[in-house]
This record gives sequence, C-alpha cells and structure tokens, in this order.
Amino acid sequence: MIFTIAARELRSLFLSPLAWAVLAVVQFILAYLFLSQVDNYLVWQPRLAAIEGAPGVSDIIIAPLLADAAIVLLLVTPLMTMRVLSEERRNRTLSLLFTAPVSMTEIIMGKYLGILAFFLILLGLLALMPLALLVGTDLDLGKLAAGLLGLILLLAAFSAIGLFMSALTEQPTIAAISTFGLLLLLWIIDWAGNSDGQTSSLFGYLSMLRHYETLLKGLFHSTDIAYYLLIIILFLGLSIRRLDADRLSH
Amino acid sequence: MQKEVLVHVEHLYRYYGHTCAVRDVSFELAKGEVLGFLGPNGAGKSSTMQMITGNLAPSAGSIAVHGIDLLDSPKRAKSEIGYLPEQPPIYRELTVDEYLSYCARLNRIARGQRDRALRTAKERCGLGDVGRRLIGNLSKGYQQRVGIAQAIIHTPAVVVLDEPTVGLDPIQIREIRALVRELGEEHGIILSTHILPEVQGTCNRVQIIHQGQLVFADSIAGLEQRLNATSLVAAFHAVPDLNSLQQLPGVSGAEALADGRIRLHYRDTDPSEALIEQAVANHWRLYELRPERRTLEQIFIELTCSEPTAATPGEAA
Repeated sequence: MIFTIAARELRSLFLSPLAWAVLAVVQFILAYLFLSQVDNYLVWQPRLAAIEGAPGVSDIIIAPLLADAAIVLLLVTPLMTMRVLSEERRNRTLSLLFTAPVSMTEIIMGKYLGILAFFLILLGLLALMPLALLVGTDLDLGKLAAGLLGLILLLAAFSAIGLFMSALTEQPTIAAISTFGLLLLLWIIDWAGNSDGQTSSLFGYLSMLRHYETLLKGLFHSTDIAYYLLIIILFLGLSIRRLDADRLSH
Repeated sequence: MQKEVLVHVEHLYRYYGHTCAVRDVSFELAKGEVLGFLGPNGAGKSSTMQMITGNLAPSAGSIAVHGIDLLDSPKRAKSEIGYLPEQPPIYRELTVDEYLSYCARLNRIARGQRDRALRTAKERCGLGDVGRRLIGNLSKGYQQRVGIAQAIIHTPAVVVLDEPTVGLDPIQIREIRALVRELGEEHGIILSTHILPEVQGTCNRVQIIHQGQLVFADSIAGLEQRLNATSLVAAFHAVPDLNSLQQLPGVSGAEALADGRIRLHYRDTDPSEALIEQAVANHWRLYELRPERRTLEQIFIELTCSEPTAATPGEAA
C-alpha cells in the first residue's frame, strides 16, 4: 500500500515539468562544478606529485563536489516537497486517501518514499560524474561510498522536514519557504557558538553540516548516522500526527 | 422481511470548538435503500457524511459499517465504504484509467481482479470512451462521473455521495440519478442534496437535518402520506355560507378565497363526496373541486424555518 502511494507520487512528480527542470538544472550546475574541480586538479597535479602523502583525486574532486551538491540540494528540496501534502489538501484529494482502507502512517510513508525515490534518481545521476573518473584513474571507493551515504542521509532528512512543513499548510509556497528556512537554520546553526573561538557542543551537534563533513572525510561515525535517523523519525512522526489532526479538529 | 443493516449510526455528535455541528444523530441504512439527506446549507449534512466515511472523527457516538465499528477497526470498515465528497477527489494530471487503477490498488483489490473492477466501474458510470484522457481535460460532468466510479470501484457495501449533481446540466443530472437508482439495488446509498425533487425521484427514504439535528426521518411512502391532501379547494357559482360547509363530516375549517373559491381543511375523512351531494341538493353550482397536495418543499420549509419542536429523530422506517 505504501508503495502504491509512493509510485503515484513519483509518477505525478514526473508528469509535471518541475521534476524534469530540477533534474536538468541540478545536473548542469553540478557538472560545471565537477569540471572546474577537475580543472583545478590538473593545475595542482605536478606540485602534488612531489609531496609525500598528498591528497588524491577523491579528496580534491569528489569531496568538494559532494559538499557543493548538498548546498544545491538544500535549495532544491523545498521545491520538491512543498506540494506533497499541501496541494492534496488544497485540491481536497486527501479524502480519497482518508476514505481508503489505509492508515495515516501508510499515507505519510508512501509520500515520503515517493520523494525519496526522486532524490535517489537525482543522486544516481550525480554519482555518475565521479564514477566516470574510474576510466582514467583509481578512486578511493570507500570515501566515495561514505560521501554518497552522507548525501543520501542528508537528503532523507531534508525530505522529512519538507514533508512535515507541507503537512502544516494549505499553501505550497509557505511550505517551501518554511522548509527552506528550517533547513538553512539547521545548516548554519553551529555558527552561533563559533564566534568566540570555542564551539558550543549543542549547536555543533544540531548542525547538519558538521555531520555531513565527517562523512565526506570518509569517517563513518554512528553518531552522525543516528543524528540523521533521529531527524527523519522525528519529522515523519510529527507529519503523521499532523495529518491525523486533520480528522480530529478544524 | 429481515433487512441487512449496512450502516448503524448512534448518538453522533460533532463539535467545532464550541459550535455543535451535529447533535445526537442516529439512523440506520439497510441494503437496497437509497437514503436522501436533506438540509439547508451548514445544517451538518457534510459533517455527518465525513464522519461516516472516516474523514472526520466524531466527538461522541458510534458508527458501524456492515457490523464493523469504524473507530475500532477503521481499515476493515473503510473497505466497505465508497465516498464522493462535494469536490471529487481527482488528480487532474492522471488519465481516467491511471486514476481508477490507483484507486483500485488503494482499496486493496487483488491484482487479478483489478482490470475487471476497472472495466465494470467505467461501464457503469459511462466512462468507456474516455479512459485514456486526462481527467483535467474532462468536462465537469465527466469529472463527477470519475468521482462516482472511484467510489464504487471496490463494490463497497455503502456508497456515500455528497451532492453528486451539483453543477451538472439537466441531462447529466438525469443520468446520475438513474445511476444512483441502479446502484441502490445492490448497495446501500446515502445521498445528500438540497434539490428537493431529486429526493422524491431517487430515494426511498428521507431524512431532514436542521441545525445538526434530525428533524424528520421517514420512508418515501410515509412522506407521500404526509404530502397527501388535508385540504380541498372548491369553486362555486353560487357561493354557499361557510357555516353550512363546516357542518360537513370531517371538515375542520373553511376559508373563503377570491373568485368564489373556498378552501376546506379536513381531518381523517375526505369530505369530497358529501360536498358534491350537498352542492347538487342546494344548487351551489360547483364547477371546480381539487385536492391540495403539500410539496416536499413545504414540509422542508416548515421543518427548517421554525425552531424544531416535535422532533422525531431516529424514527427509522
């Protein structure tokens, strides 16, 4: 049942030009960033060759690419998640799901997996770029895998937050702007503690960027994984509660 | 005859904040019945229907669909319900076929039976030729039919239709009414409307809801009786004395109208025959005599314009 809803969600996304436009624009921007990193590497290569234990292709090309990708996707996620529930509420199509023998959890999970499937497609296209380097050189595949896992978790967390914001309102644009605000806040929240030189541990822990950076370095900490999973579960849980509240009161 | 009860609603309440939208509504729906739900705007029709279909949680009371409690086991109960809200819940970007097959899957129709369910639903709603068209490009009438097809695709025991003929042209209205009557033979149907003739044309039971309360519940046959004449209008060339008319058996009152017409109110016995005999004997030169029928509209207005006094909720036929 979850997959039925997810499949419809994904299909509707691709029936609108939005999904195609997002894929095209993101791919274009990232391809540009990727090529400029490759160019950089080619400039530095002679000098790097002289240094013992110098950073390799994975560090110089892939890590910055994935870091930039995270910023681009932070801007794009609100656009993809804003309509998921708010538009159904506005078009009064939610009653189709409410009348069907489906639980609230199944509705939310279906919607969530639908968005996630879209982002996995996007991520697959993105992963092709670093993988293309395999033709000419050796890559640190472990580092690449850790980076991609980080990006998947990051996107999963973005989507959960976007879904919840979409569940709160009838207006897609309000869902988009509040998703964007919350994502950006979670991205930069560690700046607050940073000003006097020492990091506040709480804000540092809350920052999405921090947890992503360690994964980009190829470090797999269970704290980082737990952080993303907690965010996902929290916001999915809140979305389910919010949707149920539609039935309870007005 | 033992009727199979499909919907059993008991003491249903719904509050929005401090406003009480639905107050102590109880009724039953049996198989093969088409129940008309009447009421002015904001009377609580839609709220009641949303509660029966699980779109709205009741503040108090119980709802059982086909013997299954809606609040205890919502999934099982909901598989017995088809619902067309006021605005059909359609995805404009899908084709009719895609949409209906999504609905079939949502309602857990087994893979092997989906095609057949789809075909039957389309056939019944006259959607045979538009399967590949985008719903967004269809006319309002067709969109409404897609909405109905969605509600009946899993052959639920109960079909709830909220104002299914709003915004349709007269021919479409007739088609939808015919469809509703046809569906009523196998399913139990609850239909809300504020078009009064529609109720007389399609339903076999009527309920009028006013300010959240049921103020009238009867079968169409019972309604017909209420509609039946309790007054006569007679016209004479030689107008008789009102007193002599009041002497007639059964007559409870007489009033003079214009042009020599007189209205007679009566109880129990119809005074027509006695009146004709008297008219012939006394040369009143009676030239017109017709029974007056009340319309459903009059009953409706009587019930909804005054404060409900002699309410008869839950008086199931």
